[in-house]
Amino acid sequence: MMSLDARIPEGPLSEKWGHFKDHCKLVNPTNKTKHTILVVGTGLAGASAAATLAEQGYPVKSFCIQDSPRRAHSIAAQGGINAAKNYPNDGDSVWRLFYDTIKGGDYRSREANVYRLSQISNQIIDQCVAQGVPFAREYSGLLTNRSFGGAQVSRTFYARGQTGQQLLLGAYGAMMRQVAVGRIELFPRRELLDLAVVGGQARGIVVRNLLTGEFERYAGDVVVLATGGYSNVYYLSTNGKNSNVTAAWRAHKRGALFANPCFTQIHPTCIPVASEFQSKLTLMSESLRNDGRVWVPKRAGDKRSSNDIPEADRDYYLETRYPTFGNLVPRDVASRNAKQVIDEGRGVGATGLAVYLDFRDAIATQGKESIASRYGNLFDMYQRITGEDPYTIPMRIYPAVHYTMGGLWVDYHLMSTISGLFVLGEANFSDHGANRLGASALMQGLADGYFIIPYTLSNYIATTDIEPVDTDHDAFAEAEASARARTLKLLSIKGDKTVLKFHQELGHLIWNGVGMSRSKAVLEETIEQVRSLRSEFWQNLRVPGEANTLNKNLEFAGRVADFMELGQLMARDALAREESCGSHFRTEYQTPEGEAQRRDDCYTTAAAWKYKGDEQAHELVSEQLTFENVKLTQRSYK
Amino acid sequence: MKINLRVWRQVSSQSTGELQSYIVEGVQPDLSFLELLDMLNEQIMADGGVPVEFDHDCREGICGSCGMMVNGVAHGPQQQTAVCQLYMRNFNDGDTITLEPWRATAFPIVKDLVVDRSAFDRIVSAGGYISVKTGAAPDANAVLVAKPNADLAFDYATCIGCGACVAACPNASASLFTAAKISHLALLAQGKPERKERVVKMTQQMTREGFGDCSNHGECQAVCPQGISIDAIAQMRREYVRAKLPFG
Repeated sequence: MMSLDARIPEGPLSEKWGHFKDHCKLVNPTNKTKHTILVVGTGLAGASAAATLAEQGYPVKSFCIQDSPRRAHSIAAQGGINAAKNYPNDGDSVWRLFYDTIKGGDYRSREANVYRLSQISNQIIDQCVAQGVPFAREYSGLLTNRSFGGAQVSRTFYARGQTGQQLLLGAYGAMMRQVAVGRIELFPRRELLDLAVVGGQARGIVVRNLLTGEFERYAGDVVVLATGGYSNVYYLSTNGKNSNVTAAWRAHKRGALFANPCFTQIHPTCIPVASEFQSKLTLMSESLRNDGRVWVPKRAGDKRSSNDIPEADRDYYLETRYPTFGNLVPRDVASRNAKQVIDEGRGVGATGLAVYLDFRDAIATQGKESIASRYGNLFDMYQRITGEDPYTIPMRIYPAVHYTMGGLWVDYHLMSTISGLFVLGEANFSDHGANRLGASALMQGLADGYFIIPYTLSNYIATTDIEPVDTDHDAFAEAEASARARTLKLLSIKGDKTVLKFHQELGHLIWNGVGMSRSKAVLEETIEQVRSLRSEFWQNLRVPGEANTLNKNLEFAGRVADFMELGQLMARDALAREESCGSHFRTEYQTPEGEAQRRDDCYTTAAAWKYKGDEQAHELVSEQLTFENVKLTQRSYK
Repeated sequence: MKINLRVWRQVSSQSTGELQSYIVEGVQPDLSFLELLDMLNEQIMADGGVPVEFDHDCREGICGSCGMMVNGVAHGPQQQTAVCQLYMRNFNDGDTITLEPWRATAFPIVKDLVVDRSAFDRIVSAGGYISVKTGAAPDANAVLVAKPNADLAFDYATCIGCGACVAACPNASASLFTAAKISHLALLAQGKPERKERVVKMTQQMTREGFGDCSNHGECQAVCPQGISIDAIAQMRREYVRAKLPFG
C-alpha cells in the first residue's frame, strides 16, 4: 500500500520555511540554462512561476488555452489579496493570518504549508507594487486596506473590484519581459492532453494546437501544472467557460494522486439562474452582505412581489438563526441556509431558486447616496444582468460554485506523486482545507509561483538524476497516440446529443448530489447516475466539424468527458468522508443546531485518490494531518 | 423574441468569407448576447451544420476574449459594455443583427468571428512592464504614490485587451491600447525610470505590427468597454516628446 510523505521540514513552525531555504540545494547559473521547464497555465500561479523561473535563467516554455496569457481566469477575481503587513496597526501578524486561514479551512490543511503562505504574503505585496499594480491608496500616498470576509483585521489589499485583473496583468508583464529576452517561449491556444512520464519522472507533455488541431510534443526536465480549478464540473459556476480539469485529470491518470475532490466552495451571493440557456453565473462581492438583509417569505409558495410582502410576513432567517453574526456568517453557512429555505418552498423570483438581499433599510437609514458610493458598480452590474433596479426592488441572490479547494495532491515542495511534476495554485489541494477564506486564493497562487517553486524546483533539479530525453521517446509516442485516439473517438460517435446538453445534465447531477449538502443515499445514487450518463456520452455524443481546425465543441467534449470521471470521484470522496467540515456538509453529521459536525478522531486527513484504471475503483490513500500549534475548535457563529 | 442574425462565416484565414442568415426563435430577454450565439449553435448543430466559432471565456466582461462588431459597432449598442455583458432585452422582437469579426490588418481572421490578436502581446513584450525581478522589491510602502495618480493609473490599467479600439478606429490604430499601458506606468513612481525607453519601443512595435496612427477620431473611447479615455493618447504623445527631445 502506498503512503504519502509530505516532506515537511523539521523544526519549529515559524522556522521550517527558512530552514528549508537555507539548506535546499541550488543550481548554478550556467547549469540552469540546460534545464527546460514546461509551465502549463498562465493564471496567477503559472504566470508568476514562468516569469520567476525565467528570471533565474531557466529556459521556460509557457502554454495556455486562451489566445493570450493575459486572459487566464485569475483575471476575474474581484475582492482582494490578504497579507500580514499590519499597516493599519490593528493587531495583525503572520501568526494571525495563519491561524485564521487554518481555522477557516476547518482544520483540514497542513500547518506547515499555511504558515509558509502567511509568511510569504508580505513579499507578494512588495513584489506587486514594484511591478506597478495600482492598489488602492490613501491621500497620504500610502497603501490602504479593508476588512474582508468577516475578518477582525483589515489585511486585504485591493484594486477596486478588479484585484485579480491587476495582479494578473502584473505577472503577465513580468512574463512578457522574459519573452522579449527570449527566456520564455509562448505557446498560446494549446491544450494539454497528456503527460509523458519517463522512468517515473514527468518529462514532457502532449498538447493539441487548438488552431490547427495538430498534436505537438514538448520535452523538459520539469513540468509545472498551474491549470486552475474544476468548478465547471457543475456546468454553471462563476468560472470562465474554458476553465477545466483536463490537464490535472490526465496527470492524475498518469499517476498523480487527486486529493479532497469533494471540497468545493459555494459562494452565497451570486446572481440567480434566469433561463435554460444560461451559460454561467456571476458573482456579486460578498461585501454586499455588510448592508443588505437576507430574507424570504415566511409562508411557502407566497408569490406576492417583494414590496407587497409586509414586514410580519418576512423571515430574516440569518439574523434569527445567527444573532451574533447575522447576515455576515461565512460563505458555507450562508449558502447552506439559503438552500434550506428554498427547499422548504420559500424561494423567490420566477424560478423559486433565489433569496432576497434587501437594501431598503440601509437606504432608509443611510441614504441612497451613501449606499451608491459603496456599492454603485455592483448595483449597476446587477441591473445590467437582471434588468431590475436594486435601489427599489430587493436583489435576488443564489449560491454558486466558485472555487475548488481539492486538486492534485502535492507535498511541501508542491511536487505531486509523480517526480518532477509540480502543481501550483488552485490546481493543487494544498492550503485552504475544507473551505477557503476570501482574498486567500490570489495570495496562494502568487506565493506558489513567485516565492515557493523557484526554491523547491531548483532543489529537485539539483538532487535528481535527469537523463536526456527527446520527444521521439516511446513515452511521447504513446501519450500522443492515446490523446489522438481519444480526440478522434469523440468525433466519430456521431450521436444525437450535443456536448452542451451532456454538460448541463452532468452539472445538474453533481449540483444535486455533491453540492451544498450531501447524504449517503443521494451520493450513491449520484455515482450510478453519472456512470450511466458517462456511458451514454460515449455512445450518443455529437461533435460537429473536423479535428484539424479550430473546433471549440471538440475541445469542450474532451473536457466534459474528464469532468464525468471527476464527478464520480467527487461523489466517492464525499461518501468516504463521513463527517461534515467546511464546505462538505453531510446531513448525517450535524450538531443538534444543524451545524457541521467534524469528526476529528477519524478524518483529520487529506483524502488522496489513486487512479487504478478505467474499470477499477480508485484507491484511497490518506495523509494524516497533525496539529502541533493550533487547537482544533468548533466553528460557531451563533 | 424572434431574432434574425446575419453572421460572418469564414472557414480559415486563407479562405474568403460571407454573411449567412439565420433565424433564432424563442429568445428570452434575460439571455446574454453570447448565450444567443450558444442557442444559434445548438440549432445549427441540430440541423447538421458546423457551429459559429467565437472567442469567449469569463462572460463577465473582464477577460477580453470576446468581441465582435454588432450592427457595425464594436461590442454592440450598450456603452461601456463588452458583448458578453450585453443582454437581449436591449433588442426587439424581429430585429436583424449583423455580426462581423474585428477588421484590421494586424488582426488576421482565424475563423468566423475569431481573430488573431497576438500583436497586442508583442506590443506589451516591447516594454509594457516595469523591469523588477522577483525578490528585488522594496517594502510596498517605501515608495509613495499620490492618490490621484494611483487612481488615474488604475483607470488606464483596467484595459482588458479586447481590441475593440482597433476595430472601431478608421485607421485600425492600437493607440488607445498602447497608450493605456504607457500612461498607467508613467503615472506611477515605480514606472518612471523606464518611461522613455518604454514609449519609444512600444510605439515602434505598434507601427511594426501594421496598426495605423491616431488621428483623434475618438471612436476607440466610444466603444471601449472599460471607458478608457483618449486622454491616455495625449499622455502617450507627451511621453513620446519627452523621450525624443534632448530636454525631455
